[in-house]
Amino acid sequence: MQPETTLVEREAPAGTGLPGAAPDDDRAFEKGLDALQQETRVQSSWRSSVTKALLPVAALIAVLYAWQMYVWIARPRPDQLPGPADVFGTLGTLWQNGEAVETVLTSLQRGVVGFAIAVVIATPLGLLLAQSKILRGAFGPLISGLQVLPSVAWVPAAVIWFGLSDATVYFVVLMGAIPSITNGLIAGVDHVPDQHRRVAHVLGANRWELATRIVLPAALPSYVSGLKQGWAFSWRSLMAAEIIATGGTLGFGLGALLDQGRQFSSMATVIAAILLILFIGIVVELLIFGPLERHLLRRRGLLTGGSR
Amino acid sequence: MSTAQIEINALSKRFSADSPLVLEDVNLRVRQGEFVALLGASGCGKSTLLNLIAGLEEPTSGTIASPKAAFMFQDASLFPWLSAQANVELALQLRGAPKSERRTEAARLLELVHLSDAAAKRPHELSGGMRQRVALARSLAQNREVLLMDEPFAALDAITRDLLHDELQRVWRETGRTIVFITHNVREAVRLGQRVLLMSSRPGRVVAEWAVEEQDPVALTAEITTELRKEIRRHAA
Repeated sequence: MQPETTLVEREAPAGTGLPGAAPDDDRAFEKGLDALQQETRVQSSWRSSVTKALLPVAALIAVLYAWQMYVWIARPRPDQLPGPADVFGTLGTLWQNGEAVETVLTSLQRGVVGFAIAVVIATPLGLLLAQSKILRGAFGPLISGLQVLPSVAWVPAAVIWFGLSDATVYFVVLMGAIPSITNGLIAGVDHVPDQHRRVAHVLGANRWELATRIVLPAALPSYVSGLKQGWAFSWRSLMAAEIIATGGTLGFGLGALLDQGRQFSSMATVIAAILLILFIGIVVELLIFGPLERHLLRRRGLLTGGSR
Repeated sequence: MSTAQIEINALSKRFSADSPLVLEDVNLRVRQGEFVALLGASGCGKSTLLNLIAGLEEPTSGTIASPKAAFMFQDASLFPWLSAQANVELALQLRGAPKSERRTEAARLLELVHLSDAAAKRPHELSGGMRQRVALARSLAQNREVLLMDEPFAALDAITRDLLHDELQRVWRETGRTIVFITHNVREAVRLGQRVLLMSSRPGRVVAEWAVEEQDPVALTAEITTELRKEIRRHAA
């Protein structure tokens, strides 16, 4: 029973199956075994997903109800706590006079541009630090520290440097977002299993191929969660900057609306602005980062059950 | 048939200067197209020997001559973000196969391990046995003359393992690869190998050798098991 010594596989004659292929029985046995051993995934019914979507709506109604009850029973001063009707009335007015759209667009545009710049800076920075032990040792703790530092702390410095201009806002946003994105990428590269690298080596990957075909795809979920956190920091930093630094050449954003509500002692405007800020945050999470993260994890079989 | 494809002379390995020898004076010749089963208890350095042949480690002394080898690990080690087909295609790409051929070649290799139906599935959707078959297809995609296998079926259930034994034998006959197969299972060694080598532990050394062909497998399994037990008992003292 000497084996063939040819190094190239013999071509299978067309239509007759492979030489030495298992008879039909064995093939069926193998298929049966494959079928038995594969996980059968239970698709969640549309009913359960509707229930899941309705839960937060129910919670929202409960909160509104409690709020309204409190206003009816405790009768707080309207300038301290207006009722839901007043707040939605204010929202309606803001919508009609165009301020709602203007502020949301101004802030969102700044947030998106600032976040995009942060990604462009943080990504190569993260790759560099993940690659170089020396740079990592030198700058790693600083970047982790910056991640903890509330980016509001940069507002006074930014106002002194850049005045009341868009540069101030962008600077604060960048200082908020860059550390998170950088750290997410570094953590992702760090957690690439050694076995992946060994396999890549055995498969003959060079350094470039190792980085682009194995390390980066493997680090992607962690990078995306860094992006998500980076966006959250961008958005918070932006609001902080807009509240503190108003006027000048700065446009009228959500933070400025919030500040205006405070100056006019209009609690309804303040709450309306908070709701708008919250709404944008939830929409971005629900429409962009949530689905992206779930898609990545599901593709890798890392999302079981999926309660989020 | 007598040309040696892998030749190892007086190979020794220790991981650091003050650590004990893992492998001591290992000498081994594997002929082209031969299927060698390397048998030993846990911790005998058989995986280290395989890593040395693959070039994943450097020898402390002695020489190894081997062409570049494909490698199959105990866990399939597929990339979880790629489908079965894409895992195989990646191996083809890294080997330098032209883009136009990759798709059909990967499909052909998956058919060779009877997994055409599962080509689009991702590793987490496959059973352990199917993942190992994809890993086998991937290592064949490397198109190397030597295939090193590090206990690739150890984590599988008995039915699947039997099936994969048949499959590996078939693939070996069809492709004429030189295979070095590591196992701690005597039956598996006798079932698959043309030649069974027994390694001692601490330090690892090749201490006995059997040619499987034309021997009664049951008697041979009993004989090798006795030797393996004797070797393990030596460490009781």
